[in-house]
Amino acid sequence: MIQVLKCTVNGKPVELGIDPRESLADTLRERLGLTSVKKGCEVGECGACTVLVDGVAIDSCIYLSVWAQDKHILTVEGLQDENGELSPIQRTFVEEAAVQCGFCTPGIIMSAVEIVGSGRHYTRDELRRLISGHLCRCTGYQNILNAVERAVEEVHRTVGK
Amino acid sequence: MYDIASIYEAKSVDDAIRALKEDPGALIIAGGTDVLIKVREGKLSGCRLVSIHGLIEELSGVVLTPGGDIEIGPLTTFRQVAEDPVIRARIPVLGQAVDQAGGPQLRAVGTIGGNVCNGITSADSASTLMALDARLRVKGPRGEREVPISQWYKGVGRVDLAPYELLVKLVIPRENYEGYTGHYIKYAMRNAMDIATLGVSCLVKLDEQRRIVDDVCLAFGVAGPVPMRSYGAEAAVRGLPVEQAVSAIGKAALEDVNPRDSWRASKALRLQLVEELSARALAEAARKGGAAV
Ligand SMILES: Cc1cc2nc3c(=O)[nH]c(=O)nc-3n(C[C@H](O)[C@H](O)[C@H](O)COP(=O)(O)OP(=O)(O)OC[C@H]3O[C@@H](n4cnc5c(N)ncnc54)[C@H](O)[C@@H]3O)c2cc1C
Ligand code: FES
Ligand code: FES
Repeated sequence: MIQVLKCTVNGKPVELGIDPRESLADTLRERLGLTSVKKGCEVGECGACTVLVDGVAIDSCIYLSVWAQDKHILTVEGLQDENGELSPIQRTFVEEAAVQCGFCTPGIIMSAVEIVGSGRHYTRDELRRLISGHLCRCTGYQNILNAVERAVEEVHRTVGK
Repeated sequence: MYDIASIYEAKSVDDAIRALKEDPGALIIAGGTDVLIKVREGKLSGCRLVSIHGLIEELSGVVLTPGGDIEIGPLTTFRQVAEDPVIRARIPVLGQAVDQAGGPQLRAVGTIGGNVCNGITSADSASTLMALDARLRVKGPRGEREVPISQWYKGVGRVDLAPYELLVKLVIPRENYEGYTGHYIKYAMRNAMDIATLGVSCLVKLDEQRRIVDDVCLAFGVAGPVPMRSYGAEAAVRGLPVEQAVSAIGKAALEDVNPRDSWRASKALRLQLVEELSARALAEAARKGGAAV
């Protein structure tokens, strides 16, 4: 049972054979080597597998790869610029010490990419709600919220009012 | 890799019905947030699936009809329902309810149709759709029919869908929402990513002075095996001044409900929640309608 999946992954068009029983997390990790996509629970509870599909954060462990046909997928591997420098969001995560073991980090960063990309301002409580689909067993979330908050602020500062 | 035997991507609603007829026993998958979890748990191992995931044009979106009814495609995700301008302007309580399901990533994928077709009492959209007396339009080999949601639930996990039938529309008739304000309360152990211990949705219509309850619709999730209306409580407080209605509705609702003990909560706690949260939901709905309570 092999099917052809055509989509765009991290800005590059890809065409590859997939098994229709695969989750998008399986395809991204096993076939494309994008191991920033973590598998924590594989039932949609922890958010470690979060990627953007057409700009929207979803749990790739409960999303079938066949549904990604013609869509744009973004993972953490697609965030660095052409010189391999970290994106501003990744940098705020490092600077705010929002990373301990790092297992939850790529998923939360992808949610942060969507949040920051919305161009809106959020209260701390709104941000808390927006990252509530992620579990982190290390940080206690405060530094993660600091990082997301700062990323939102910095983007506003650089883009201007 | 999921343990599924096959998955067919339907090209249209009619094609999905045809595929189901050709393969009795095959199951519909929409957003997959229930089905895939059951496959993972082994409860649906080896299942054959007919996917309607791609039928966005036919099955997704919210439309306000010229007559003022609101038609919601079953494939509309929780997030799309919550963000939809028609929902926000006319039945914000429904957006508020579905916005409490799971977390953001789940709400971007889980659909309102899947939420009522799974027949689960804790479904976050169910009590509000019950309070709104939604009509569910289903389509099968013999055409379309409409089922009032009050007759939809047949038992735990069972709904009024015949073999080869699909839910194709959720309709909220204009007279069921116009003039009403509503409030949904989900009681759970966590603020996110948790299933309701109890869900209460209350709609209220006030008199012109905003003092008397002209009409009220009260519905529960997890107060019984399926989502339910509390007609007794509604009758008991109709016509009362808002404050009296708020203090009477909880006790009256206890007569209607039949919750059970589960690992999530005892029957006693659920009964206390029914009483307390009915009052809070009515008070908040009335406040939104302009009452001073
Ligand atoms: C981590 C997690 C958290 C969750 N939290 C919540 C929560 O807080 N509140 C809540 O209510 N739910 C919750 N759910 C359950 C689930 O997300 C919802 O029930 C959702 O609405 C299911 O929609 P779906 O499209 O994903 O359903 P699917 O899994 O695709 O389908 C569900 C059922 O409905 C049937 N079906 C779907 N669409 C149709 C149709 N158009 N016609 C006929 N049959 C159809 C399918 O055959 C299946 O039996 C959660 C799930 C997960 C994984
Ligand atoms: S691995 Fe996907 S949500 Fe946990
Ligand atoms: S840093 Fe370890 S789980 Fe979040």
